[in-house]
Amino acid sequence: MTDDRNGTPIIEARGLRKSFGPHEVLKGVDLSVARGEVLAIIGPSGSGKSTLLRCLNLLEQPTAGEVWFEGTRINNPGVDVNRVRTRMGMVFQLFNLFPHLTVVNNVTLAQEKVLHISRREAEERARALLAKVGLAAKEHAYPNSLSGGQKQRVAIARALALRPAVMLFDEPTSALDPEMVQEVLAAMDELAQEGMTMAVVTHEMGFARRAADRIVFVDEGRIVAEAPPERFFSAPESERVRQFLEKIPT
Amino acid sequence: MNSLGLEAVEKSFPLLLHGALVTIEVTAMALVLGALAGLLGGLARVSPLAPLRGLAAAYVSVIRGTPFIVQLFFVYYAFPQLGLQVPPMVAAVGCLAVYSGAYQTEIVRGAIESIERGQVEAARSLGLSAGQAMRYVVLPQAFLRMLPPLGNEFVALTKNSALVSLVTVQELLLSAQLIISATFQNFAVYLTIGVMYYIITSVVSTGTQLLERRLKVYV
Ligand SMILES: Nc1ncnc2c1ncn2[C@@H]1O[C@H](COP(=O)(O)OP(=O)(O)OP(=O)(O)O)[C@@H](O)[C@H]1O
Ligand SMILES: [Mg+2]
Repeated sequence: MTDDRNGTPIIEARGLRKSFGPHEVLKGVDLSVARGEVLAIIGPSGSGKSTLLRCLNLLEQPTAGEVWFEGTRINNPGVDVNRVRTRMGMVFQLFNLFPHLTVVNNVTLAQEKVLHISRREAEERARALLAKVGLAAKEHAYPNSLSGGQKQRVAIARALALRPAVMLFDEPTSALDPEMVQEVLAAMDELAQEGMTMAVVTHEMGFARRAADRIVFVDEGRIVAEAPPERFFSAPESERVRQFLEKIPT
Repeated sequence: MNSLGLEAVEKSFPLLLHGALVTIEVTAMALVLGALAGLLGGLARVSPLAPLRGLAAAYVSVIRGTPFIVQLFFVYYAFPQLGLQVPPMVAAVGCLAVYSGAYQTEIVRGAIESIERGQVEAARSLGLSAGQAMRYVVLPQAFLRMLPPLGNEFVALTKNSALVSLVTVQELLLSAQLIISATFQNFAVYLTIGVMYYIITSVVSTGTQLLERRLKVYV
């Protein structure tokens, strides 16, 4: 499935390490995502999945190792991190919408302030994206009046507004009531089908199975297993993965 | 003569009104300058630069740890010894602003720190710089949380402004004392300026409450 996509990786981590004080959370991770690939990152709580994802867009500064993005090493002093981040969208578990801005202004803010796109153009793009995630009617609402599922779809639109080359998702459905999980996964499925490059930390095995090209399993700061979904679920290569899968409803 | 001295108040009312205007003027100028000091101080308190943080912390600590009246006398009576004659009005507004600014610094810092970390992370993940994240995401939300304590601080500032009468600024209290020294009508005059102070502080606190209600649309 990934054969046509295994060209140059769009994003790559080499020997990535991250410590918080004496506590080493990432212990040498090598990971790459090819253009158009959907990578699912799974693993037990506290294993370092979020930290790994956050090192990729440098929300966390790696302690050691390299992060490469579109052919440039980005954890380097001379790099314009803000510019790089406009090329990587991120969706958070707790949405992190800007509550003081209307839905449409959540989506236009970075377009205007970072990419210096005109108000009119930014609004147009925001409206198109809100329509795409099914929230055209909510453009003038404030985030606090939305349901969790709606908030997360706005957050996806907000990240897409900058036309990123990669989308990073950190457990985007974990904070949602069960009845709202599907609407968010549907938006992500659609993105995946459109060919968006995605790295998704998730506990949604259904999504990983159907949308991912590859699954990596993180345990105690290391990638301990890696396989396409069919093989990952039907013939887990390690005992650790088997134990994990037994505990999780798939 | 009326024993409570109501006609003394009536006759000297223009003088009291003028005093009230000076009080409002001193307070308003100190408020604007103090808010500026508070904003800069608050930003310095959360700055990544340690020396800046230290400087702001020292400012807050010294100003809050000494009586306002000592600060005021120091500027008004001690500076001249260094050859620096400070006009009463300048000393009054300057000292009130610096004093209030220290309290406002802590208000601003507290409000900024109360904004969830995820807000800055989301902003940074979209490519906003640290400064832009502060300006477009953190401060607008922090401002709403500052308003109630700022309202209290503005009221405290208004009341503290009475102390600048001690450096010959003829605001409301000093005007009252001048009238009393001529008429000996303590009761009526102090009652009157008490009411006037209360009206001024009520306007200030109602104003901040209205502003808060208007800005709160998104909560
Ligand atoms: N900013 C931080 N400071 C200190 N420790 C941290 C920090 N961020 C994460 N950690 C620690 O690093 C470890 C890995 O955290 P991380 O959030 O990456 O795990 P995770 O795999 O995403 O877990 P979960 O499934 O619960 O989200 C945890 O022990 C966590 O306490
Ligand atoms: Mg996590």
